[in-house]
Amino acid sequence: MKQHTSIFFWLLLAPFALWLILLVIIPHIDMLGIALREQTAPREYAFSFKNFIEFFTEPLYWRTFMRTAVMSILATALTLLIAFPVSYYIAKMLRGRSKSFLFLLCLIPFWVSELVRTYGWMILLRETGVISNALQWAGLVSGPVELLYNDAAIMVGLVYTSMLFMVVPLVTVLESLDDDIIEASYDLGGNMWTTMRQIVIPHAMPGIVSGCIIVFMMTLGNYLTPNLLGGKDSLWFTEQIYTQFITRFNWELGSAFGILLLLLSSLIVWLGLKLSRQTLTSTMT
Amino acid sequence: MIPSISQPASLRWTYRAYILLFYIFLIAPLAVVATFAFNDSLFPSLPWNGFTLDWFTSDTPQRLGVFSDSAMLESVGVSAFIAFWVTALSIFVATTNAFLFERYDFRFKEFLYMLMLLPLVIPGVILGISILISSNSMANYMDEVFNLEVEFLRPGLVLVILGQFAFITTIATMVIGARLRKMDRSLEEAAYNLGATKTSVLRTITLPYLRPAMIGAGIVAFLMSFENFNTTLMLTSSDSPLTITMFDRLREGSTPELNAVSLLLMIVSGVLALISVFVQKKEDS
Repeated sequence: MKQHTSIFFWLLLAPFALWLILLVIIPHIDMLGIALREQTAPREYAFSFKNFIEFFTEPLYWRTFMRTAVMSILATALTLLIAFPVSYYIAKMLRGRSKSFLFLLCLIPFWVSELVRTYGWMILLRETGVISNALQWAGLVSGPVELLYNDAAIMVGLVYTSMLFMVVPLVTVLESLDDDIIEASYDLGGNMWTTMRQIVIPHAMPGIVSGCIIVFMMTLGNYLTPNLLGGKDSLWFTEQIYTQFITRFNWELGSAFGILLLLLSSLIVWLGLKLSRQTLTSTMT
Repeated sequence: MIPSISQPASLRWTYRAYILLFYIFLIAPLAVVATFAFNDSLFPSLPWNGFTLDWFTSDTPQRLGVFSDSAMLESVGVSAFIAFWVTALSIFVATTNAFLFERYDFRFKEFLYMLMLLPLVIPGVILGISILISSNSMANYMDEVFNLEVEFLRPGLVLVILGQFAFITTIATMVIGARLRKMDRSLEEAAYNLGATKTSVLRTITLPYLRPAMIGAGIVAFLMSFENFNTTLMLTSSDSPLTITMFDRLREGSTPELNAVSLLLMIVSGVLALISVFVQKKEDS
């Protein structure tokens, strides 16, 4: 029997190991290797930090990097602010059918391709778009207004795309908060704000953290939304990576950028987990 | 703030208005995409020139409907082909992964589980370029050492399938693993007591129990593959899948044909989403 079990174990381990080693681990080691080399002659490479030095000495690169990081943090905060009242409403104010209906309604847009969602925002925001026409019709502006191709448009798109990944963990964690505890807080003289601050938000912290981590990572790695809604000046870091790889064919620099983006994302995730005393496994499941 | 605690009416109505606004925000982009698919105009924007089905059925060079646009239809075929293989591969590996992590105890199990989650944390663009680098260096190696040109290691369908498979497997593993964790082991033990062999227990008890989760994960995998953009962008070549074709068209300047494609996509993903919700409901009961 013992022998039997171990054969099954190795049979199950094999696909797992092949998948993870061939498609995730080796590619990232290769990427690091390429990021840390420099072409010295045709087909001759040497170890060097040149690509990373280039990143820090070329203002366009690190400014784009910082901009992407700051805007991702901002988008995460905005998503949390917008999603929290909605999640609370779904989790605590509703019961039965209307609750599952509104929750499902929240999920529906995210079954649709990100490309389609972004396209919808383009139709709404562009110069000939729905909002511009509505504003003219209402007499608020005299001519067509271009609402697309600026940072606010990028922000709207990013928040929209991330919403689901904030609402689901928040609803889950808020549902586990017993109504009695909220009532007890009121009975003890608390008002809405003190109850929120001292009862609801501390209880919801694990959900807030996992939502924020997922949203931040997705925003940082997003390519489509900044590219389509931000136009030529969107300056998103993933666009730099794409340019280095596909347009300039400078794989060394592109890999270095990839490593830097991974480091930033891991650093922020690690900080979030440390501050909230959670683990990656508990956040994801 | 729960239903059993009375709040001023003004506050209650403000809250409701906010929820309503949120849902308008959620639905608006999808609604305009769907509406303008029927606009009798060359551009997906106002003014509304009346209802037409041209963007689905027309076959003139000026107005090419979806069903006559061979390039578009071909890319749908490419996407379906990719999605089929990604689904098959990821469900297979996810099922073996689920058994590995739910039924066996081994050294470094927690560490390996964390590694298993890693593909979710890596931005899609970076996963794409790392696989591109790795397969390219392997192809170069084969070329130099064995003088062999290995076609599938260059950008193209195989790499797109592998790239999507790399991260979709993680999601499928989480879905199937969660179901396996809930299984009542005594069902299997009863079968063993009645003299069943390991394979027949697997075939008649365990796999049927897992089937709803495998179908649900399969639908999710298919949709995620069909709609993937970031990873695909880095690995694709001339046979472009639907999202890439749509992206290129979108940048050239779109016609309402794109709206028509998007609407069809929404309908298909909506139906698939309903099926997966239905399967999950059945699973719970």
